[in-house]
Parts: sequence; structure tokens; C-alpha cells
Amino acid sequence: MELKQYNLNFLFQETFALTKRLFIQLQRRPSTLLAGILQPIIWLFLFGALFSKAPEGFLPGVESYGNFLGAGLIVFTAFSGALNSGLPLMFDREFGFLNRLLVAPLASRLSIVLSSFFYITILSFLQSIVIMIVSYILGYGWPDFYGLGIVFTTLVLLVLFVTSISLCLAFVLPGHIELIALIFVINLPLLFASTALAPISFMPNWLGWLASLNPLTFAIEPIRIAYTQTMNLELVALHAPYGDLTCKSCISILFSLTVFSLIIIRPLLNRKLN
Amino acid sequence: MNYIQVKNISKSYSDIDALNNLSMDIDSGILFGILGPNGAGKSTLIKILATLVEPDTGEVFVNNINLKKNPRKIRELIGYVAQDIALDKILTGRELLDFQSDLYHMKKQDKYERIKKLINQLEMNDWIDRKCGTYSGGMKRRIDLAAGLLHLPKVLILDEPTVGLDIESRNIIWQLLKDLKNDGMTIILSSHYLDEIDKLADSLVIIDDGKVIAKGKPSLLKRQLGGDRVTLKVREFSTQEESKKICEILSSIDGISQIIINKAQGYSINFVIEKDKDILTKLKVELAFSKFEIFSLTQSQPSLDDVYLQATGKTLLDAEISMTGKRDLKKESKQSMR
Repeated sequence: MELKQYNLNFLFQETFALTKRLFIQLQRRPSTLLAGILQPIIWLFLFGALFSKAPEGFLPGVESYGNFLGAGLIVFTAFSGALNSGLPLMFDREFGFLNRLLVAPLASRLSIVLSSFFYITILSFLQSIVIMIVSYILGYGWPDFYGLGIVFTTLVLLVLFVTSISLCLAFVLPGHIELIALIFVINLPLLFASTALAPISFMPNWLGWLASLNPLTFAIEPIRIAYTQTMNLELVALHAPYGDLTCKSCISILFSLTVFSLIIIRPLLNRKLN
Repeated sequence: MNYIQVKNISKSYSDIDALNNLSMDIDSGILFGILGPNGAGKSTLIKILATLVEPDTGEVFVNNINLKKNPRKIRELIGYVAQDIALDKILTGRELLDFQSDLYHMKKQDKYERIKKLINQLEMNDWIDRKCGTYSGGMKRRIDLAAGLLHLPKVLILDEPTVGLDIESRNIIWQLLKDLKNDGMTIILSSHYLDEIDKLADSLVIIDDGKVIAKGKPSLLKRQLGGDRVTLKVREFSTQEESKKICEILSSIDGISQIIINKAQGYSINFVIEKDKDILTKLKVELAFSKFEIFSLTQSQPSLDDVYLQATGKTLLDAEISMTGKRDLKKESKQSMR
């Protein structure tokens, strides 16, 4: 990418135009936004009801299952949205619209990637806020100010990490059918192999290991702390088989994964976009 | 002055050689035609000029700027109208033009004025605020053309711009191209329509099998063929032997040249006769003497199709037909996908 040459004003203008296009699409076809909000809310109701009669102390340190589940569903919503972020790019590739962008003298083709990041981050925030409000109405709590900062920081890192993978897949896979199939295969297993629905202590050993290595878990646990306790980065968030991890450790791991994924995808994007 | 120089470029897609050591020069301010049957390599050449595809070997210069070394500079100079129109169905035509102008970093006031002018010029007022997904083929082509012209490019590159269009849209586009050329824009137009290139192009190349087989001004290329073209058939479907015998007869007649047996058209025979000589009467006598009857005999002014025929031994139509079924368009589309 022509990072050395780009002019910031031009980069801003083209990134804004590309992001605006995605939001116009969203405004005229809001089904993605609505489905992304409705699905976790339905889960919140159903799973909340499923474990409503669980004995006291069923989940140590948590008032109710809904209180526990909220963090998992916020992360799952952001994760699903980010995983789908490659789809618009894939459609642009398939229908030739990407060529329209590639023949334009873009200050940097990084703007194509940046616009996807901005779009998915804002979309995930919107969806997450709605789920947080519904959780609050259902009596599942609300994070304090510091906790809110942790929630949104964690979501940004997760969205960046997953969006970079999704954009990479959008360039590597031959078509949208393959991308959708892969999303279908990845989505729910990753949710169930995380601490979104149950703590590690409930899981068999092998699943506990999987869950404690799952990037979703590193996003879920700090948010759960933000929901259930007064936020402190030094609090232990995850009792993993390999040892305890604090909120700070979880966020650091997530940050490292994000940076690593961005480094990994850069050569591919360079090759595909230049 | 050569504004665009293409030097010995080659391009292959896995097992297919799309371009084979192709060279050409294009002067500024002209409408330059690229003619050839489907599968000849026109679209690959156009995509290379539009910086979408990199040649395997060779170099391209636009205004002395090396395309490989500075593609961004080239993109500022060119406007590109692709063969397959890719519009965002959700956006309105106006929104699409607004979006496109931002990709070209146009200033707010400039872009609104330019969009307004193009809407009027391409007669898009009635439907510009409708979503692109509702447009007919002609409307899509016009909005695509407008998008390519937004930033007032020095070079406009069009890949088969009138394929499948209604007469009204085709005429509007032809008129616009003439106006743009008169304003000094260099236009590169690829087409497999002979009449389009013949009518519009100041200069052209004819491409076959990834190679340039003829280049120059259309009138000059036609004139080089000499006199009128004649197509002779002694039967609807002759045999090769029969055609060879007739060729021998034709060769003996003074004023007949460039004799070609056209296998694809039932071994019909194409040749050139010098003007102002009563050659055909003599021909009829010679054929009757050798006991051949004439099934059909047509005489016409030389066309670009005859130029193609002269170089390849087949007409453009025959070449199109022979390519039908040989191309895997889905595979080609995947190969050209980024």
C-alpha cells in the first residue's frame, strides 16, 4: 500500500465515502442490523428463562444467569457482525464493483479496509448498546463508567481482530457461498467453546482448555467483570486450566492477537489490492 | 505525438495466452479502436491500460509515465468504463456519482457542478434519483459512462460500451464520444462491432489471438486491400478440391488478387478485383468454360471485416462462432477477480 505517499485529506475523503456507502446500504436494507440485535435478545430471554430456576450459588459471584449471560451475548453480537464484515467486500469482488475502487487514484487502498473496520465497529457498538439496554431492563445490571470503557475497548479489539480475519477470507475464498459456509461453521462452535454460556468450571477438561484458548473468552471475561463487580483491571477474570488471568491479561492477549492478525493479513492485502 | 505506448506486453492466465508480445502506440486527442473477436485479448489489454491487470512482460507508458512504476498517477489520468457494468444496486445514480467523485478527491462544489452537467449531457434527469437496481441496460451504461467521466480524465477507456444496448442509448453514447474527442480527450474503445469502430475510430488495431494483426487508419487499411471485395460461390457448400480448382482459374485472370478460400463459409472464395476493369465478365466466361456454374457472386467496397479476413483467413463472425463454447467465462471471471 502506498502509505508513504498518501495525503491525509484524500484518505479521509475516500474512507468517509466508502463508509457512507456501507451505511446507506444498511439504512436501505436494515435486516442485518435488526437480525443482529434480535438474535441475542431472543437468546437472552430463552437462556435466561432456561436457567431461571437454577439453585442459589449455581454461578458463584453472580446474581442470576442473565447477569452472567449478558457479557457473552454482547461479545457474540460483535463477533458475529465482525465475522460477516467480509461479505460486502466479497460481493464487491464478485460483481466487479471492487474494480471501480481499484481504478480510482485512491490515496491509499488502505481506505477500503479502514471503511470496513469503521462500519463494523460502529454497527457492533449500536447492536451492543441495544443488548446492554435490554439486559438492564431485564434486571441484569449495567457496568460503571470505568467498566463501560473496558466493555467498549474490548469490543473494539475483538472487532478489529475478527474483521481482519474476515476481510482476509473475503480475498482468499473463491466466492460468497464459501465465505457464508465458513462463517456458518465457525460461528456457533466458537460460541459454545467459549465462556459465553457457561463458566469453565462447568466444562469437561478438554472443553475447558478449548474455551480458555478461545479469543472470545478473552473478550467475554473482562466484560463479565465489568457487569458483576466494580471494575479493576487486576481482578482475576478467568480461571483457566493453565492458570488465572486478570482482566488486564485478557485484554493484553486480545490486543496481541489483534496486532498479530493485522500484521499477518497485511501482505495478503498488499498483494490483492496493489 | 504518442500519448500511450504499449511495448511488447504479454499476459497469460494459467494455460491461456491472452496477450502475446503486443505493441501499439496511441496518439493524443484521437478515438482509438481496438477491434477483434471475443477472446482475442481485447479485455485483457483494456484491463492492463486501466491498471487492473499487470502484464507478465513488457511496458506501458501513458504521457511518459510508466504504468508499472506509478499506477496511481496513471489512474488520475484515465477514466474506465468496464464491459460488465458494476453498479451498487442500493445507491441511486446520483449517490453513485457522488461516491465516485469522492474516490477521485473532487472538491464539493466541483463535483456537484460536474454531476449536474453529466446528468444533462447523458439525458439522465428523469431517473437519476432512482436506485441503480431499477435501471435498464442502457441507463446502467450511461451512469457507468458518467462515472468514468466525472473527473475529466485525459484518457477514457471503454470496453465494449455498447454491447446489448438499445439504439437510443447507443446513439447518445456515440454522440458523446464524438463530442469528447472534439474536446481533445483521448478515447480508447474496444469493440467487436465493425460498424462502431469504422464509424468512430480515427485509428485502430485489430487483435487476434493476443497479437496485433493490423493497425492504422480504418480508411487506409481498407484502401490497402486494393479494389472491391468479391465473394464467389459455385455451390452453397463446395468442396476443398473444387475451391482449389476455382482458385487456379482466378489466378489466371489479370486484375484479381488476394484470393482466399473461406472454409467456414462452405469453401466460398474471397478475392479483390481492381476497380474500373470489367473483370467479372471475364470471370464468368472462364468459369463457364471450365463448366462451373455461379451459385452467388457479391461485390462490395472493402470493410474492416475484409481487413480481418485478409489477415486471418476468416471473418470476424466466423471467429466469434468458432470461439463459442471454447471459452469458460466463469473461469475467466474468477481468474480476473482480485
